[in-house]
Amino acid sequence: MAGLFPAWARSGTAGIVHANAGSGVLSGDTIALQIGQSHFATGGRSGHAVTVNGTLPAPLLRLREGQTVRIAVTNTLREQSSIHWHGLLVPFQMDGVPGVSFPGIDPGETFTYEFPLTHSGTFWYHSHSGMQEAEGLFGPIVIDPAGPDPLACEREHVLVLSDWSPIHPHEQMRRLKMMSGYFNRQKQDLTGLITGKDQSLADRLAWGQMRMDPADISDVTGSTYSFLVNGHGTAENWTGLFAPGERVRLRVINASSMTNFNFRIPGLPLTVVAADGNPVQPVETDEVQIAIAETYDFIVEPDAEQSYAVIAEALDRSGQVRATLAQSMGLAAPVPPIRGRPLLTMRDMGMDMSGMDMGDGGEIDLSKPANDSMSGHSMKMRDASVAPSVKMGPGVATLSPMPVDRLADRPTGLEDAEHRVLTYADLRSRDPNPDPRAPTREVEVHLTANMERYMWSMDGTAMSENPAPIPFRLGERVRVTLINDTMMPHPIHLHGHFFELVQGEPGHRARKHTVNVLPGGKAAFDLTADGEGDWAFHCHMLLHMHAGMMRVVTVRRDVEEGQG
Amino acid sequence: MALRSVSLPLIHGLLLAAAPISAWAQDHSGMDHDMSGMDLSGQGAPPAMDHSAHVMPDAAVADQPGDATAPPVPVDHPADRFFAPDRMAASRSAMIGEMTFSTFALQVDRLEYRSTKGKDGFGWEGQAWYGGDIDRVVLASEGEGTLGERAERIELAAYWRHALDPWFNLQLGVRHDFRPDPQRTYALVGIEGLAPYWFDVTGQILVSEKGDVHARGKAGYQQRITQSLVVEPEAEVDFAFQGVSALNVGSGFERLELGARLRYDRNRSFAPYVGAHWERKLAGTARLARVSGDDVSGISAVFGVRAMF
Repeated sequence: MAGLFPAWARSGTAGIVHANAGSGVLSGDTIALQIGQSHFATGGRSGHAVTVNGTLPAPLLRLREGQTVRIAVTNTLREQSSIHWHGLLVPFQMDGVPGVSFPGIDPGETFTYEFPLTHSGTFWYHSHSGMQEAEGLFGPIVIDPAGPDPLACEREHVLVLSDWSPIHPHEQMRRLKMMSGYFNRQKQDLTGLITGKDQSLADRLAWGQMRMDPADISDVTGSTYSFLVNGHGTAENWTGLFAPGERVRLRVINASSMTNFNFRIPGLPLTVVAADGNPVQPVETDEVQIAIAETYDFIVEPDAEQSYAVIAEALDRSGQVRATLAQSMGLAAPVPPIRGRPLLTMRDMGMDMSGMDMGDGGEIDLSKPANDSMSGHSMKMRDASVAPSVKMGPGVATLSPMPVDRLADRPTGLEDAEHRVLTYADLRSRDPNPDPRAPTREVEVHLTANMERYMWSMDGTAMSENPAPIPFRLGERVRVTLINDTMMPHPIHLHGHFFELVQGEPGHRARKHTVNVLPGGKAAFDLTADGEGDWAFHCHMLLHMHAGMMRVVTVRRDVEEGQG
Repeated sequence: MALRSVSLPLIHGLLLAAAPISAWAQDHSGMDHDMSGMDLSGQGAPPAMDHSAHVMPDAAVADQPGDATAPPVPVDHPADRFFAPDRMAASRSAMIGEMTFSTFALQVDRLEYRSTKGKDGFGWEGQAWYGGDIDRVVLASEGEGTLGERAERIELAAYWRHALDPWFNLQLGVRHDFRPDPQRTYALVGIEGLAPYWFDVTGQILVSEKGDVHARGKAGYQQRITQSLVVEPEAEVDFAFQGVSALNVGSGFERLELGARLRYDRNRSFAPYVGAHWERKLAGTARLARVSGDDVSGISAVFGVRAMF
């Protein structure tokens, strides 16, 4: 097994401060990557994988701000492939999205990417072709700052979180189209009703009347996924070493195709120092939900005497993975029991909470008087007048009637956690935001779906319908408001740009490339459209993107102005 | 446009005030995206700034978005300047094609052995389909019979299934009955879907080549007892708008089928079940059956499998 992992990802690694080139860490101005097929096995599951240089995860690219890198990518697959540099600000024609930024890399072809590294941080790379990312084609990128790194620690580890299934993603999609709950083994059942678990009968009837399932938390689940840290399942127990007294920087990347992870190290506070590669004002917390495609840098200070379990738990609690931080190999921290599957609430339907009987953490007791207003609301779960820009049709089952800004909300399933949980409101940029201008206009994008038919779209139109792109003027400052009309969180990623989350006072808002929009809620970001060209803009739940929750974003010089 | 006529003087008046910001924005656009080597037209033009200028002076509203209009949707493809345009065009359509869902599926709702007082029998119901989210071609079949005898009912329907709204589909096609004799072909119009409270419902109108008109209604429900144990009650009823003597069918309700099947759904692609199946001929059809000495009703214990491929 060890042969399949690059050294930085191998269990018992001393970390990337000490590890260097020749150990699965690729540096320098010229890098060669080869995309190929491998066999992969973990926790009793095995199957076909798509890998880079034969490893899963792919090699760590460790580069330096200010350098220009040439990366030659050779595709030895029998199908087209590509690599997208997730979070790196590169010229659009180097962004690696077939059909948007370049033609893709044909079988047998070598494509050489060349771009300057204009910023530092923790990023990652992955295929943007044929859902190969779900088959293993992803790897981490660490860009060191040109000068000294204020976040430098004595020890650094890279933790790539992923989900891996022996079922090909296209087949997963097919099964979900046959039966949207195909992989969900945690639906509400009669036993639960009798034993008082989950919703009451009144609630079940109220939700059933709307044909909405509060247990529809994740589409592809632990029933087929093995959850991995650096390619290791719980049994393989990836172990990162530390020495007594060290501060340890963890660069955590959620490279999953369909799994948002709840990340925690029981007994060890996490100090968040960067999000999506951008430094934030240090904030201490106990648990962070890392949405797909997000990266977080944490600093932890483990005690000398103990080994620690690093837990990444799937959003729907259908599985988890334990890795270990220890002083020597062979120590395994105990695996905490997996917590119960959360249930969605009215807030996840985009119902306004004001005036309604609401318990702690957004739980609604539908048996209380609020039940009366429920039936009134349920009539309006698909009122086209709340979203005139959405094309109504079979693909839009619900529209959030009263979506609220949920950036300050605890993420799905962590509403009631008894320890500290990071919200986006806790994130403040370390550096001043580069563009102080107010947005000149607002663009609303609805995230739409029919979860029962397994259809996903933006504004009611799937990418397969070849919708018009979302146009921006070069240099303009725009507010993009995402409205989630579905009952699932969607990590929305814009290529080629960072944006500031509209949360808290302007000036030091968190800069990100991916924002997780909570169910039934809204999230807004301000964007300076400074990347001329065409860019992909999509949900990073891979099957949602593939089913249609994607747009092309264009950034062009303003022709009218040129004429004026 | 009214907006434009109002904002233009403002823009001109404030361009000077905005000049430092404008210069900064130019620097910024160059900083994050070094497009060295890019051949983009109009390199000298500054980024659009005028629309933001009029909201800058008022700090209180500095955070609120203005009401500038969106730029036109461009029709060019900048990647064509870096890569062969024909290859890019093929790549664009390949991406759209890849995201266009179209597939084949085979769903066997029941394939079962029926144990009863008299001779044991069998029954089946299932469909194969090909297509996407909105439109599918469906081949559906159901039937039943008694062991060692000619099958009592063999139906094969082919129809276009079109999604009408989030929950319901239209069925439009034909059904051919190989049994009973004489064989009949019907034009089929139906609605299928998911009703509130998670009921699967179907209603069909069938018109034979002889002009006789029939209707069929179906309803079912999946009740999970545990995650793997599912009980599925189902009902199916046929109605004739006229008597069809050749088929021993009287006017009115023809037959009613009620069933309940308890399925072990550990494996979605192959789930065994046990259950009870009760069937009864009704009204005029029942009278005709009695006259010809056939059973009017029967109950059977069923053992079968539900499968999904």
